[in-house]
Amino acid sequence: MLSREEISEIDHATSAVPYRQAACIEALKVVQAHRRWVSDESLREVASHLKMSVDEVDAVATFYNLIFRKPVGRHIILVCDSISCWVMGYEQIRERLRAHLGIDYGETTTDGRYTMLPNPCLGTCDCAPALMIDNDLYRKVTPSMLEGILEKYS
Amino acid sequence: MEKPLTQHIRADGKPLTLAEYERVGGYSALRKVLSGMTPGDVLTVVKESNLRGRGGAGFPTGLKWSFVPQDGSKPRYLICNADEMEPGTFKDRLLLECTPHQLIEGMIIAAFAIGADISYVFLRWAYRDAARIINTAIHEAKQAGYLGANILRSGYNLEMHLHTGAGRYICGEETALLNSLEGKRAIPRAKPPFPQVSGLFGRPTIVNNVETLCCIPPIIALGAEWFRKLSLTSDAGTKIYGVSGKVKKPGAWELPMGVTLRELIEEHAGGMLDGHKFRGALPGGASTDFLVDLDVKMDYTSVAAAGSRLGTGTVVVLDDHTCPVGFVRNLEQFFAQESCGFCTPCREGIPWIRNILTAMENGDGQPGDIELLEQHALYLGPGHTFCAFAPGAMEPLQSALKYFRDDFERHINEHACPWRHAVNDHNSHNFSHFQPNQYAADTH
Repeated sequence: MLSREEISEIDHATSAVPYRQAACIEALKVVQAHRRWVSDESLREVASHLKMSVDEVDAVATFYNLIFRKPVGRHIILVCDSISCWVMGYEQIRERLRAHLGIDYGETTTDGRYTMLPNPCLGTCDCAPALMIDNDLYRKVTPSMLEGILEKYS
Repeated sequence: MEKPLTQHIRADGKPLTLAEYERVGGYSALRKVLSGMTPGDVLTVVKESNLRGRGGAGFPTGLKWSFVPQDGSKPRYLICNADEMEPGTFKDRLLLECTPHQLIEGMIIAAFAIGADISYVFLRWAYRDAARIINTAIHEAKQAGYLGANILRSGYNLEMHLHTGAGRYICGEETALLNSLEGKRAIPRAKPPFPQVSGLFGRPTIVNNVETLCCIPPIIALGAEWFRKLSLTSDAGTKIYGVSGKVKKPGAWELPMGVTLRELIEEHAGGMLDGHKFRGALPGGASTDFLVDLDVKMDYTSVAAAGSRLGTGTVVVLDDHTCPVGFVRNLEQFFAQESCGFCTPCREGIPWIRNILTAMENGDGQPGDIELLEQHALYLGPGHTFCAFAPGAMEPLQSALKYFRDDFERHINEHACPWRHAVNDHNSHNFSHFQPNQYAADTH
C-alpha cells in the first residue's frame, strides 16, 4: 500500500499539472524516495492512483534510467562512463570498484550497501574522472581515493 | 574583456544571493522591461542582438520567439532547458550553480516577451547542487516580488517551477523534453506543429538553453549593438567555452565569440599535457564532427565552414596517446544506450556501429568494416531518422573515418588495437570475439 506520506506527496505533484497522468514521473520518484525502488505492487498502486493502466506507468518507469524497477542497495554509485572520463581513465575507477565491492554494473553488494551503475556524462568534464554516490559528486577521482570515499556511506 | 555571464561569479564558487545579485545591478533589466517596454520591444532588441541558441543548434533566439502566436491566449509556457547531458559539456552547470538569479531574470524577461504565464526549469537529476540553488533562488525571487502575481506592480504574472528529471539524454531534445514534462516517455515529437505553436500540453511554448537565457538581461540592459560587438566575428556575444581531455588546465571560460580553437587549447587550457600531441577535437560535445585544424574560429559560422558544428562550445580533445577507434566507440556506446528506441534506424543502427567498433578494438575487425561504418553514417544521417539524435551520433564517426582512417585500418590489419592491450570498457566484454560483420562478409 502507498503510505499516507506518499499519497500526500503524489497529490501535491498532481495539483501542479493540468491532469493527473502528467505527474506520473513525479509519482514514481516519490515512491522511490520512500522505498528506494519501485516494485510491481507500488507500480500498480501508482497506476490506480493516477487513473492510468499499469502498462502505461511501467512504460514510463522503464524508460528512465534513474527509476529503479529492481531492488537497489542503500547507496547508489553512479560512475560516469562518457568521453572525457573515458579519456582520463575512468576504467581504472570501475575496475577498482569491481575488485573492492565484488559487484559490476547493475549489481548490489550482498550486504545491500551499494549498487553500482554507469551514468552518462555527469557534466564535470574538466575534473574527470567523476562519480556520484547518492547526492554527492566526486571529481578528479583516483583509484586510491575510492575506499576512503566508500566508507562515508554505511 | 567583458564577461556579462560570469563577471559576478564569486571566487569561492558559491551562488550569488539575491542581495548580492541586486548589488551588482541584478534585476535592473527586468525593471527596465516592466517599466515601459512592450513584449514587441523586447523581441526587437533580442532579434537585433543576433543571439543564437547556446544549447547546440544555434537557432536565432529572437526568431524562435517570434513564432509564438501573439493572440494573448493563456496558458503559454517558457521552459529553460537545463538538462545538460551532452558528453563533454559542463558549461550550464557553472551558470546554474553560480548565477541562478541571472538565469531567473532572463527567464522572466523571455516569458514576458512571449506572453508566457508559466515557466519551468527542466533540470537533469544529477545536478543536485543546482537543484537546491535554483529552488532557493526561485523562492528568493518570489519573496522579492520578481515572480508571482503582478510582478513589480506591472500587472504581469509569472509562475516558475523547478522540474528535476529522472535520467535519459534524449530529454534534452526539446520536444522529448515536453513529453517528459507531461509525465510521458521522452520520445521526440514530429514537427510541425512546432512547440512555439503547440508545445507543452498543446500550448504555445518556448524552450531555451540556460546560457541563452542568461544572455538576455545584459542584452536588455546594455543593448543589441553592445552585445554584437562583444564578438570577434559575425556571431554575436560571448560564449562559455570549455576544454576537457589531456590538457594541462581543463576548464570553462567566458570569452568573446570567435576565439580560435588554438587559443582555447594553448592559452586557456594551458596546452597539451607534457608528452601528448593534439590530434583533433570535438568542438561542441559528443555529437559534433572532429576538427583537426587549430586555427578554426569557434563561432557557429566558422565551425560550420570547417565541416563541423559549434554545438555546446565545450571541446573534447583527442591526443596521440588515446585510440581514435576507442574514442569513437565510447561515443557510440553512449548513443546506443541513450537512443530512445522509437525509430528503427537509430535503435538498431547505432548498436550495430558500436558492435563493429568494439570488434575492431578487440582485434576482430575485418576488411569491409570501414565501408560498412561509412554506409551507416550515411543511412543514419539527416533525413533518415525521426529526430536529430542519430545524425548527431554520426558526426564524430564520419569525421573520424575521414581524419583517422589509417588508425581504423591499422586495427583491422594488425588484428589488435595499437593503443591498448585489453578492452575493459562498459559492455564491451559482451562482444568480445563477436564479429558483427562476419555474416555479411561470408555471403560475399
